[in-house]
Amino acid sequence: MTKVTMVVNGKSVSAETEGRTLLSGYLREGLGLTGTHVGCDTSQCGACVVHVNGKAVKSCTIFAQDVAGAEVRTIEGMANADGSLGVVQQAFQDHHGLQCGFCTPGMVMSSAALLAENPKPTEAEVRHYLEGNICRCTGYHNIVKAVLAASGQDIAAIPAE
Amino acid sequence: MPKDHGIGASVKRREDIRFLTGQGRYTADIDLHKQTYAYFARSEMAHAKINKIDTKAAAAMPGVIAIMTGEDFVGMGGNPAGWYIPSRDGAAMKEPKRPVLAHGKVRHVGDAYAIVVAETLEQAKDAAAAIEVDFTELPAIVNMAEAVANSANRVHDEIDNNVCFDWGWIEDNRAAVDAAFAKAPHVTTLELVNNRLVPNAMEPRASIGDYDAGTGDYKLYTTSQNPHLTRLLISAFVMGIPENKLTVIAPDVGGGFGSKIYHYGEEAAVLAASKAIRRPVKWVAERSESFLTDAHGRDHVTRIQLALEKDGTFLALRTETMANVGAYLSNFSTATPTFLHGTLMAGPYKTPLVYVNVKAVFTNTAPVDAYRGAGRPEATYSIERIVDLAADELGIDKVEIRRKNLLTPDMFPYTSPVGLVYDVGNYQATLDKLIELGDLAGFEKRAAASKAKGKLRGLGLSTWIEACGIAPSHLVGQLGARVGLYDAATVRVNATGTISVMTGAHSHGQGHETVFAQIVAERLGIAESAVEIVHGDTSKIPFGMGSYGSRSLAVAGSAMVNAVDKIIAKGKKIAAHMLEAAEGDIEFADGKFSVAGTDKAKTFGEVAFSAYVPHNYPLETLEPGLDETSFYDPANFTYPAGAYACEVEVDPATGHVEIASFTCADDFGNVMNPMIVAGQVHGGVGQGIGQAMLENTTYDANGQLLSASYMDYAMPRAEDVPFYTVDHSCNTPCTHNPLGVKGCGEAGAIGSPPAVVNAVVDALQRGGYKHVTHIDMPVSPSRVWSAING
Repeated sequence: MTKVTMVVNGKSVSAETEGRTLLSGYLREGLGLTGTHVGCDTSQCGACVVHVNGKAVKSCTIFAQDVAGAEVRTIEGMANADGSLGVVQQAFQDHHGLQCGFCTPGMVMSSAALLAENPKPTEAEVRHYLEGNICRCTGYHNIVKAVLAASGQDIAAIPAE
Repeated sequence: MPKDHGIGASVKRREDIRFLTGQGRYTADIDLHKQTYAYFARSEMAHAKINKIDTKAAAAMPGVIAIMTGEDFVGMGGNPAGWYIPSRDGAAMKEPKRPVLAHGKVRHVGDAYAIVVAETLEQAKDAAAAIEVDFTELPAIVNMAEAVANSANRVHDEIDNNVCFDWGWIEDNRAAVDAAFAKAPHVTTLELVNNRLVPNAMEPRASIGDYDAGTGDYKLYTTSQNPHLTRLLISAFVMGIPENKLTVIAPDVGGGFGSKIYHYGEEAAVLAASKAIRRPVKWVAERSESFLTDAHGRDHVTRIQLALEKDGTFLALRTETMANVGAYLSNFSTATPTFLHGTLMAGPYKTPLVYVNVKAVFTNTAPVDAYRGAGRPEATYSIERIVDLAADELGIDKVEIRRKNLLTPDMFPYTSPVGLVYDVGNYQATLDKLIELGDLAGFEKRAAASKAKGKLRGLGLSTWIEACGIAPSHLVGQLGARVGLYDAATVRVNATGTISVMTGAHSHGQGHETVFAQIVAERLGIAESAVEIVHGDTSKIPFGMGSYGSRSLAVAGSAMVNAVDKIIAKGKKIAAHMLEAAEGDIEFADGKFSVAGTDKAKTFGEVAFSAYVPHNYPLETLEPGLDETSFYDPANFTYPAGAYACEVEVDPATGHVEIASFTCADDFGNVMNPMIVAGQVHGGVGQGIGQAMLENTTYDANGQLLSASYMDYAMPRAEDVPFYTVDHSCNTPCTHNPLGVKGCGEAGAIGSPPAVVNAVVDALQRGGYKHVTHIDMPVSPSRVWSAING
């Protein structure tokens, strides 16, 4: 077992890990941050996406020991300082961009990363960027709408409801 | 100005806050003191005789606490089928025992034969790999036609020809149907496959067993759509734990779509293991286990025939279907291809004569059961495909052939030839709305624009109905159901006027916490924030049947409304005493009990307080407290209906299909929260597009699952689907429930697949590929290309 230290949601944290411990396991079991979900074994579903040094990363695809010392942000660190929902989170609620909530942490983290890279994405760019995040509930309609709304663009042309 | 609260308002979901901030509490998020970890050893062979399972070496591995095999569960009961379906010759349904862990034989890849419990998950996995098995591989039975034909190979040794039942509906009508076909001016015939799907809720199944040696109580945290049913099955059939010693908790559940209705062996295994080691035992499925062991959906092979007049009038319809039930009967696997499929085969049409034959077949594959829509997508797909094919054969427009045959509003209530009574509907209205919303008049212009790009544009329609909120109990009981299909709610007014609503429905994405609060608050004239919805814990909620089959609002919601009405009725008695008036003079509106024609009134809060601090209270005639329960058994199903249009662009060079638009005009009766209803349709259509274009579950001839991960099973992703246009303004309120509501959860998945396939075939027909009359789902580029070049 090796002690791995990193900065998660602005706080320095550490936990014991095996060599095979994935970042997702480190966050969930090591730190008790269960907002990061694991939905597949093949790095396909994206429920586990977190930010590592500002980039969207599938935390089930990277060993905890390989990101020692990194700055990690998870869904638990996305709200505003006063506890209110951040812009992307709020847009997901406003536009019903989630149902069962299981894919939601990864969707929010990927969407936030997209908007950091590309503040005014087109619909096609949003759909393309979210290719690595699977949602089974929403048919993606309201997710794409929420991301476009979070970017501050006019969504009046998107079919209502 | 649209309403911003109460019934009919698009109230934002309260549950979203915890899901958006990482505070959801799914089963895998729960850790208990002294918890251990379970891993299941699963068969790598589709069919084998178990000669010996040697766990000695594995048991000596580091951290291993216990290993149990099928041998340890032989004294327990089997996981039963919930619906008895006799064959048309009267033969009894074949019901082989479904044990907790495989015993004697393994019958599909993934069939669990041992549970390993260790201090860590890694230790449990390592030990599972060290179990030594001596299996004799047997021929795998995968293909249904071969399963039925080859009696030497049997999934269950005692079942000839692997047939569970051979069901006819309605058998007495068969001769009349055949006679109509014999003299029909035109008969259209189609053979099709309804492709096997994996439900793929994004949260994999998980269960934690927690036995308390001090009290003898068991607790099961599990990913369930209906915790009370799971408790009943474990108690009454499998383990014999008295119900009052077993609590089942389904906390936040990350989607179900049917796959989490059923009781699975892992649930019993973690409970038994917890009792054996006196510590909690936690199991979380990996996605590959979900693919191998979650109940799959669909998997029908059907021959359907439609008899028509030359003018397109439907005269009769008959089908022969083989339905795969997999290796064991999952809880509703026998109802899905029969009473949820055969009874829908009249669709929204006036077809006077219908006969359905379904053979259910055992194979060495995972069990197959209800998946979003459950039988009704299979029925709808068969009907809507043959309607299009018949229209093509007779040269009739596809809107017109539907309009000619749709039931008209004056025909309700309508008794269908397959035994349902549709209470209400207006199928012309949704069709007209679709024509307007989807701009069907502008199609040719869009087709010309597509052609200019080298693409073939097609238009596919689907006019569908479904029957959901399955009921009433006495009728389904006569038809073979072994459960009741009511639901229950307790409305508890607390002393300070806040409300706790305990519902038998279970929310795993549907937004019940928000919508149910809207309804209760509006009826009581109080703030939604004062209403809390409690679900998912058998120690808190009344005995309800959970959520599936689009039943939550129509059934559990009706129970809730009736319980609220009992609260109001009792409140009137209390208020009458407080106001020194006759009970008959008390009116309740906007949260106030008032004496008619006066300004004398008591607020709801004042009455609630009096019920719990009964100082000025009619104790001699009325019990204190304000807490009411209602059980509601619906008089009938509800019958949502709608009309869908899909436009596709096909690239004839590659066979690639792109969905250009998808339009839905639905009738769900009265709508409680339009935002949530639209979201349900979006999700259902997304899954329907997945079935039609992408998803396929493939076993090879040896019973190996080739599509066992997201690398091989094509889930719809954001780029595969368009924005959908949805509408639910054409409402015919349900006539027999207090809210006038119909189910909306499955509609999209039921109505959409035929619209997609019809559009693809239409595109090819218009493009001159007249030989292409059908393509089986999924309409992948290779299938489309092959059809074009066939």
